[in-house]
Amino acid sequence: MAEAAVRERRDGAQRLAAAFARPGRRAALMPYLMGGFPSMEESARIALACADAGADVIELGVPYSDPLADGPVIHDAGTRALAAGASLSGVLEVARIASQRLPVVLMCYANMVFAPGAEAFVERLARAGASGLIVPDLPLEESAPVREACERHGLALVPLVAPTSSPERMRAIGALASGFLYTVSVVGTTGERAALSERFGEIVSAAKRSTSVPVAIGFGIATPEQALQAAQAGADGVIVGTRLVRAAAEAQDPAQAVGALVAELAAALSV
Amino acid sequence: MSAVEHHFGPYGGQFVPETLMPALAELEQEWLAAREDPGYLDELRLLLRDFAGRPTPLYRARKLSERLGRPVYLKREDLNHTGSHKLNNALGQALLATRMGKDRIIAETGAGQHGVATATACALLGLRCVVYMGQEDTRRQRPNVQRMELLGAEVRPVSAGAMTLKEATSAAIRDWVTNVQDTHYVIGSVVGPAPYPALVRDLQRVIGDEARQQIIEREGRLPSRVIACVGGGSNAMGIFTAFLADEQVELVGVEAGGEGIDTPRHGAPLTVGGRPGVLHGARSAVMQDEEGQIVEAHSISAGLDYPGTGPQHAFLRDTGRARYVAVTDEQALVAFKELTRMEGIIPALETAHAIAWTLAQQDGEVDLICLSGRGDKDLAEVLARG
Repeated sequence: MAEAAVRERRDGAQRLAAAFARPGRRAALMPYLMGGFPSMEESARIALACADAGADVIELGVPYSDPLADGPVIHDAGTRALAAGASLSGVLEVARIASQRLPVVLMCYANMVFAPGAEAFVERLARAGASGLIVPDLPLEESAPVREACERHGLALVPLVAPTSSPERMRAIGALASGFLYTVSVVGTTGERAALSERFGEIVSAAKRSTSVPVAIGFGIATPEQALQAAQAGADGVIVGTRLVRAAAEAQDPAQAVGALVAELAAALSV
Repeated sequence: MSAVEHHFGPYGGQFVPETLMPALAELEQEWLAAREDPGYLDELRLLLRDFAGRPTPLYRARKLSERLGRPVYLKREDLNHTGSHKLNNALGQALLATRMGKDRIIAETGAGQHGVATATACALLGLRCVVYMGQEDTRRQRPNVQRMELLGAEVRPVSAGAMTLKEATSAAIRDWVTNVQDTHYVIGSVVGPAPYPALVRDLQRVIGDEARQQIIEREGRLPSRVIACVGGGSNAMGIFTAFLADEQVELVGVEAGGEGIDTPRHGAPLTVGGRPGVLHGARSAVMQDEEGQIVEAHSISAGLDYPGTGPQHAFLRDTGRARYVAVTDEQALVAFKELTRMEGIIPALETAHAIAWTLAQQDGEVDLICLSGRGDKDLAEVLARG
């Protein structure tokens, strides 16, 4: 049994597939949190609170100096985490703790992946128990070295598609996707929006047509109502980031506050 | 004609969010079509002549040549309309934007010269214009903020990080990610994801093409050395490109040494070397820490206060075709004052770096310096330092 668990954990894509297949859910609930924010210890507590509240997958952000895909809330959280001394090894410790409970996918910008070399970087992630890697500034054209390293170490390299991607591009990206296909729901950076885009359903359908792996949707989903709408539109997973990072920034007890929001989202996604 | 280069050896590429990839492809297609289109080329040529005032003069600096005992020529981009070489690129890209049907323009700016050039091109062509500028730079380059606003641009101060060019560029890219459908990003240097480094170089190579012909007319020979300052490196690529095939011509890029390249406070990633990195969409020489966090640059000159540089410069360094050196804030200030007194030309603080390096060279036959911009914008900063 223990041996099986270890083997399962070594194959990130399989572990993620199991999380998407969890019964009783309209879609997998995938909270994003910023590693090292508001502190290293507190971000580990937030991750565990997410697991307790019913999260299926954790997306763990690595703070970076120049996060081009992020809006002001996540950018600010990353800046504050770095100012408080966050490091990759600290974030990987959070990944190690969280991955005892549920699959962890790291979200990390390209320069940090290439700094030690893609091979060495991915090896460290695998040793920390991570199941996958998302690199928001690594489009298909630049992804081969990272994807090969991920394949060697049993990690899923999760690519992104956007509303601006043509059907041909979506198919090319979807064909190489591992773990899940991260579908950006809006033209823009991460952040809360009052309503889902009018083209939301169309984008989800296009993403689903372009790949055989689960489709998770993110950017701009904040409320239980929006999460439910995403699931009803056919998304296999729903990523909620900025709303939770904002709660972590504002609350007296970040883990409690994030956990409460995740519980509401989980309730909305329960069958 | 060959397609637009995406890579320069191991450098360059397209490290941007997926949302932008179709816009980069569209821009590349438009540029491929435009550069073969006599209509576009004629319009740009006429604007460069009648609006910008090209060709800019090549001036044999009298006292500088006398003092150094060799001819020193200045390619007078400070006499280009708006006061720097930046307008060459801004006009070319603003025309491309109109071809693509995009009526909103965004730009980043450090010293404000690219922002002013872009605001000017937008006023000319009737385009909406938003310029991102680090809050620290809005302070030290105040006159340029006022010029942009007079020209009808909206200047958005950026208060993240060190509040300089790096953060302004990041803010412009985030705007583009959000508004890509109606917006063209006029990047101001030979940096960013492909096709920008090649596109901006091709729009700036007019500097070198003119200078090469002018110096042959004046001296009957090529210069032995071409010197230009390098932040992102657009004036340098613009003048170097015409001489790349002339192997006897030495190409020298002068970076910001700041408080010294033996300190962390400089803007000289090419001179210092080290592991390449990815910044603002391209792999190139980058100032970063062990984990790959980009570190803040420092320079007295806002235009050189940038931790990255154009990917083709990194390639030219590695192949030995160009060499890169650094000049400190203090040396640049001295050169700023010396050129002003000796020649009656007030150079931009950026340009003063290229002057300073040349002044320190005892040897040489015929030097050609790209006088990339004028220094009116820098008076407050220079006078405050005494």
